Amino acid sequence: MRVLVDLNRCQGYAQCCFLAPESFKLVGEEALMYDSGPDDALKEKIERAAASCPVQAIMVEYMNGHADEMVKSGTSEAEARHGA
Amino acid sequence: MVHRADVLQSFKKNGSIVIVGASLAGLRATEVLRKEGFAGRLTVIGDEPYEPYDRPPLSKQVLAGWVEAEHTTLPRQHPLDDVDWRLGIAATGLDLRAREVHLADGQSVDFDRMLIATGVRARHWPKEDEARLAGVFVVRTRDDARLLRQKLETKPRHVLIVGAGFTGSEMASVCRDLGLTVTVTERSASPLIGALGGEIGSIAGDLQRQHGVDLRCNTTVTALEGDAERTLRRAHFSDGSTLDVDVAVIALGSIRNTEWLRGSRLAAGQLGVACDAGCRAFDINGIITDDIFVAGDVARFPHPLYAYQLIALEHWGNAVAQAEAAAHNMVNSEAERRPHISIPAFWSIQFGVNIKSVGLPPFADQVVIMQGSVEQHRFVAAYGHKGRTVAAVSFNQGRWLPYYERLIASAAAFPPTPPAYDVPIPLHPVPAKFPAANAPTSTPTIALTGYAPDEICATYLEEPPMTPVTVESGGKA
Ligand SMILES: Cc1cc2nc3c(=O)[nH]c(=O)nc-3n(C[C@H](O)[C@H](O)[C@H](O)COP(=O)(O)OP(=O)(O)OC[C@H]3O[C@@H](n4cnc5c(N)ncnc54)[C@H](O)[C@@H]3O)c2cc1C
Ligand code: SF4
Repeated sequence: MRVLVDLNRCQGYAQCCFLAPESFKLVGEEALMYDSGPDDALKEKIERAAASCPVQAIMVEYMNGHADEMVKSGTSEAEARHGA
Repeated sequence: MVHRADVLQSFKKNGSIVIVGASLAGLRATEVLRKEGFAGRLTVIGDEPYEPYDRPPLSKQVLAGWVEAEHTTLPRQHPLDDVDWRLGIAATGLDLRAREVHLADGQSVDFDRMLIATGVRARHWPKEDEARLAGVFVVRTRDDARLLRQKLETKPRHVLIVGAGFTGSEMASVCRDLGLTVTVTERSASPLIGALGGEIGSIAGDLQRQHGVDLRCNTTVTALEGDAERTLRRAHFSDGSTLDVDVAVIALGSIRNTEWLRGSRLAAGQLGVACDAGCRAFDINGIITDDIFVAGDVARFPHPLYAYQLIALEHWGNAVAQAEAAAHNMVNSEAERRPHISIPAFWSIQFGVNIKSVGLPPFADQVVIMQGSVEQHRFVAAYGHKGRTVAAVSFNQGRWLPYYERLIASAAAFPPTPPAYDVPIPLHPVPAKFPAANAPTSTPTIALTGYAPDEICATYLEEPPMTPVTVESGGKA
């Protein structure tokens, strides 16, 4: 997956960090660091993080074709792990 | 009579557009062109062998080892499979008359309209033999970042960072997080001086020292010394001292990628490619071109809030906004044209502090702490130019910047009215302490030839020097 955060727009509210801590974390009080190429297994969490951002600063792209397949199986694996 | 609207429609259907530079600005323009209905031939030429990727993580997450350099590819907001991506091939020339871009592989691509988005490259250490020593790095590209990261993983004993602009300061921060010993040299009196001025820059200097950086201001590196294996061993400084180092990261700012436009008869040179607020390039005589557009780090454009001076902004947000405006203007009629006059903004993350800026601090003569605490590195400073608010910078107070952005947009008096609380009263504006404009030490000379009105024109008198000049500002100003 490809993730991009517009850090001019980001206000450091950290919603994304609570919803997808593997991919988003605050450094210090309000500086956001994120994983721009997270594992497809994190798709659902990242989707939720992006949707919850109060200033819509998070952009996500899923890969087509083959990668799409991986997204699906990856998601179910993650679901199994987290008992979702 | 041919209707302009018909011409535009046919261009959007069957025309051809070439974008040179496949990075942030190039990608955003490509997306907007397709989104706004350009269905013709779209070619993107990029000399890096990668799909467009994002650079800000390179000196942060990537160097820290959290994100792989390869994992920085930019997401696409629009399907772009019908775009002809020519990656790994440099554009070598532009023929305005034939409307052709020449490529390094000998081919050429013709166009109706073109966007120049070739950005900048790192200014390397000026002494070539020293720059080639093993252990000497720059960071501009994904490959640069990967190589430096690999080196940092070997736990070098002493890292030297040459230049305390944003990139240099961010890398010093990462090195300290990794537990490495770091020395930073800066020619000026404080870090970030070109972007924030000496007054606020000195706070950034305190921050570095508190985090264990050996920060040496008013100091330059005079030589990098290698051993018999051509591996870096030692640095020599302007105060006569030396230091044993095994890594030197050169962070001396950047050089605009305009050499390929030499001979194109555009107003392109070491300062960038000049354009109007609609992103159309000027030719060498200063006349606007209709079909050549510019965006991103390589562009110089006039901004009404800043006396219409031509400014170049090496900021992520500027590349995005200018590319969007340029692409829009490329496929719309004159009446629908959009100016690129958004308020400049950037961020930097270093030593646990989120530094954000709106407006144009270097335009200011004064600065004032508006709110918060300098000691705690949590404050907002407003910048003024002749009694008008022109910029604001926050350290860990980013949420207040939209308030100041509105003040800047409305040309509010300086010092501005503070927000309701948390205010040190009375406000004490002080000089912002920007260094004198650091014009390149050598620019190509342009002269006029001919006398009659239909003959007179501007030309380059001589080739500009291709070797980098030593400017240790390092900042994106
Ligand atoms: C390490 C680093 C950290 C940064 N951090 C921040 C930050 O925290 N905040 C912020 O606001 N900004 C930051 N920036 C700045 C931001 O990344 C730039 O403003 C942005 O990349 C500009 O995009 P651009 O497309 O205009 O130019 P560039 O990204 O420079 O892209 C230009 C592209 O054109 C290619 N090219 C050049 N010449 C030719 C040619 N002749 N033919 C074909 N292709 C060519 C280049 O190789 C390059 O791929 C950072 C930059 C770096 C390097
Ligand atoms: S939720 Fe949005 S505003 Fe908050 S930290 Fe994440 S990206 Fe920034």
